[in-house]
Amino acid sequence: MELIIQLIFSFIFTACFGIIFNAPTKAIPYCGFVGAIGWIIYYMLIQINVTEVQASFIGAFVVAIVAQIFARRFKMPMIIFNVSGIIPLVPGGIAYNTMRNIVELDYTMGIQNGMRAFMISGAIAMGLVFAEVIIQLMMKFFKTGLTSMQSFARAKRRLK
Amino acid sequence: MNNEQQYELALDCLLLAGQLMMESGAETYRVEDTMLRMARSQNIEDAQSYVTPTGIILSLGKRQITKISSIPARITDLHKIAKVNSVSRKLSGQMITLEEAYEELKRIQKTNYFLPIHIQLLAASVASSCFLVLFNGYWSDMPAAFVAGGVGFAVVTITQEMTRVKFFSEFLAALVVGLIASLAVHFGLGIEMDKIIVGAVMPLVPGLIITNAVRDLMAGHFTAGIAKGAEAFLTAFAIGAGIAVIVAF
Repeated sequence: MELIIQLIFSFIFTACFGIIFNAPTKAIPYCGFVGAIGWIIYYMLIQINVTEVQASFIGAFVVAIVAQIFARRFKMPMIIFNVSGIIPLVPGGIAYNTMRNIVELDYTMGIQNGMRAFMISGAIAMGLVFAEVIIQLMMKFFKTGLTSMQSFARAKRRLK
Repeated sequence: MNNEQQYELALDCLLLAGQLMMESGAETYRVEDTMLRMARSQNIEDAQSYVTPTGIILSLGKRQITKISSIPARITDLHKIAKVNSVSRKLSGQMITLEEAYEELKRIQKTNYFLPIHIQLLAASVASSCFLVLFNGYWSDMPAAFVAGGVGFAVVTITQEMTRVKFFSEFLAALVVGLIASLAVHFGLGIEMDKIIVGAVMPLVPGLIITNAVRDLMAGHFTAGIAKGAEAFLTAFAIGAGIAVIVAF
């Protein structure tokens, strides 16, 4: 029951961010879907006592893979799906606590929370990039097409 | 049309495509990739570009002229990125000519793809209240977060129109959000001030810029990555400062 509530609300949450970032109208439900999958995986990992940094990494990894699948399916840039997809994982609450601790002159807690926020956002970024690179490697085996990062590198090489 | 004019048209077309994508918040390496891909489809093999978040330099080769396009402001507009992307796809697939592509890009530049402002406000409000459920907040705090999120987003949009100083509008929005949250708690309309504030500032958080900054760094675009990182840091600092004023009192 708890899981279903989380699923529904993370879907609405991410879809709303799709609207704020002005995603194409027909892509908005899929943005919500990407975010809901990423959040549910994060949520379940937290429930079984995985640390928040690792859970964020895996959540962002899944978000990027699902976003890549949708991007190929709809022939739209991947950025449309993964930007709103990672929003539920962004450590907004921890960043807020950092600010609050520093304003209240509790510097020790402030540094601790700041480090946590930094590690989580680093994990999210790494998850996104790793997923993209792994998909590129897979595509190399199947030869079905190039991702933009790969064709960019190839175009640069050809110029030399 | 002679060769010279053809090159000039290609240069204008490519530069416009790059400018539109960069203004809408695309990744730097994707902008460069799109421009080079379009150039190759027009049999221009030795095109060179240098893209930063604040300006684009594009040259079609050693003998051709070079043009610069400056980018004064960047917003998040995923719809426009998708539109420019589809034009570049069509041009690369030789489905449209260069003239048609240029006309279409000019039309995209003039069109406003944003949904009506009240729908955006509603989305910001709903997102703010949904945040409470995801982070174990109280259900009774949802109305306060709904109002605070909507008002915060409205303030940032209106002051951005009026002043054009991003730092100030974000600071003001965070201040208003903090004020509404603390008033709601004061009058018994909310329980946890912290969660209401965090939920309500989520629509202002520079999520896209942070993601793009890291991806640009990984693709080897260090100038762009650092510049975008600075922009994201400034936004985060503005929000933090606005909230800090409320928390301190």
